[in-house]
Amino acid sequence: MFDNFELMAEALLEGARVTVVVTLASYAIALAIGMLLVVMSVSPAAPARWAANAYTQLFRNIPLLAVLFVMYFGLPSIGIETTSWGVGLVGLGMYTGAFVGETLRSGINSIPLGQAEAARSIGLTFGQSLQTVILPQAVRVVIPPLGSLLIALVKNSALVLAVGVTELTAMSRRLIEDDQSRFDLWGVIIGVTVSYLVIAFVLSYLVRLAERRAAFVR
Amino acid sequence: MVTISGVNKHFGNLHALKDIDLTVDDGEVVVLIGPSGSGKSTLCRTINRLETVDSGSITVNGKPLPAEGRALANLRADVGMVFQHFNLFAHLTVLQNITLGPIKVRRTPKAQAETRARQLLERVGLAEKADAYPSQLSGGQQQRVAIARGLAMDPKLMMFDEPTSALDPEMINEVLDVMQDLAREGMTMVVVTHEMGFARRAANRVVFMADGQIVEVAPPDEFFDDPKTERAQDFLSKVMTH
Ligand SMILES: Nc1ncnc2c1ncn2[C@@H]1O[C@H](COP(=O)(O)OP(=O)(O)OP(=O)(O)O)[C@@H](O)[C@H]1O
Ligand SMILES: [Mg+2]
Repeated sequence: MFDNFELMAEALLEGARVTVVVTLASYAIALAIGMLLVVMSVSPAAPARWAANAYTQLFRNIPLLAVLFVMYFGLPSIGIETTSWGVGLVGLGMYTGAFVGETLRSGINSIPLGQAEAARSIGLTFGQSLQTVILPQAVRVVIPPLGSLLIALVKNSALVLAVGVTELTAMSRRLIEDDQSRFDLWGVIIGVTVSYLVIAFVLSYLVRLAERRAAFVR
Repeated sequence: MVTISGVNKHFGNLHALKDIDLTVDDGEVVVLIGPSGSGKSTLCRTINRLETVDSGSITVNGKPLPAEGRALANLRADVGMVFQHFNLFAHLTVLQNITLGPIKVRRTPKAQAETRARQLLERVGLAEKADAYPSQLSGGQQQRVAIARGLAMDPKLMMFDEPTSALDPEMINEVLDVMQDLAREGMTMVVVTHEMGFARRAANRVVFMADGQIVEVAPPDEFFDDPKTERAQDFLSKVMTH
């Protein structure tokens, strides 16, 4: 079943490496966007709230594949050069950012109003209240759902194959369609499944570590 | 210290504050009493702009309340507020709760802020609790920490919104004692409370509110022994019987 095992393993490892890089890099982008969105969405300035809300609605309601296609084919047509990697990372990041923003917002909403009032009443500014009182408490609440977003992102990252990034799923397809038929179909299927599971288990473990670190603060 | 004139406030259709005029002098202790829903908390909260007003003016120390931003934050730093439900920062130790404002707002060096915080804890009788988290303290202890947190900012005015209403009876006095010491030392205070004994002992004036209006203002002995208005007589007869 595992014909040319070493060759297959090497290819799948390379695909898994790309999947992990795409996942982590786009997650970093998503966290940055999500934080910006949540600060905007609780800001006293109405235009900032509207903008954050518009962004969130847009990216939550468009399929990820459509986001990637629009960026991949649309941007060059208005004169913006793109690359497969650029579109893949930024597209995934912007899409996931909307969900991160919503998750962070629900975390903030779960903190009792009295905390923000006490923070304001000792003279902290809006930004200081967020930074020193609200966000540190919200972080604890949101680590598990942010972890779920990360695992979902591992799976969503397969879609960047549509704009030409050879990650794990694209790699397995290449192996299956190998023109010299060197690889067994089920060997590849098992290989790719195990690869995804290992990635997800490792990331879940890291999330649980983060959860434990945040929890012991209290 | 505080001048409130012609203040009105609506919540939707509800006229929560009606043409409120009130001044609080330096070193004065004003106790706000009145039935539930009469607007005591709302009035308190307008003084540091946790609630905005629809009309009228409020000045603290001669300056009108700033609308927003750093100027408002600076004003709030000078006005301590103690809440019914303590509102201690749940993720911070007692010491960190008290030093957060001085360090972030007053830019006091950390060591100095901690020394001062320990003095304040000593004063409210909780020196040994510096490293505890709020969830590890009783209600009365949490409220005393909240008072210390307010005092750490060296406020010109301290406001208390029913500071003992959420406490078990045996813890009420430990908080009232701290407040009474403060009053004796000359702190300017606005206190919403149902503790008539405290009002009698510590207040310079009692302000009686009903339905969003100030109905009667009098020194405590006069107010409790000889209330002038029917609303106040009615209210007192209800609270004094039990
Ligand atoms: N944020 C709000 N939104 C709508 N209505 C409010 C709000 N805050 C207070 N109210 C209403 O305004 C009125 C005055 O409320 P307030 O809390 O000031 O009363 P209070 O005198 O402090 O009463 P209590 O003794 O029960 O604390 C009440 O009818 C209350 O329901
Ligand atoms: Mg009240």
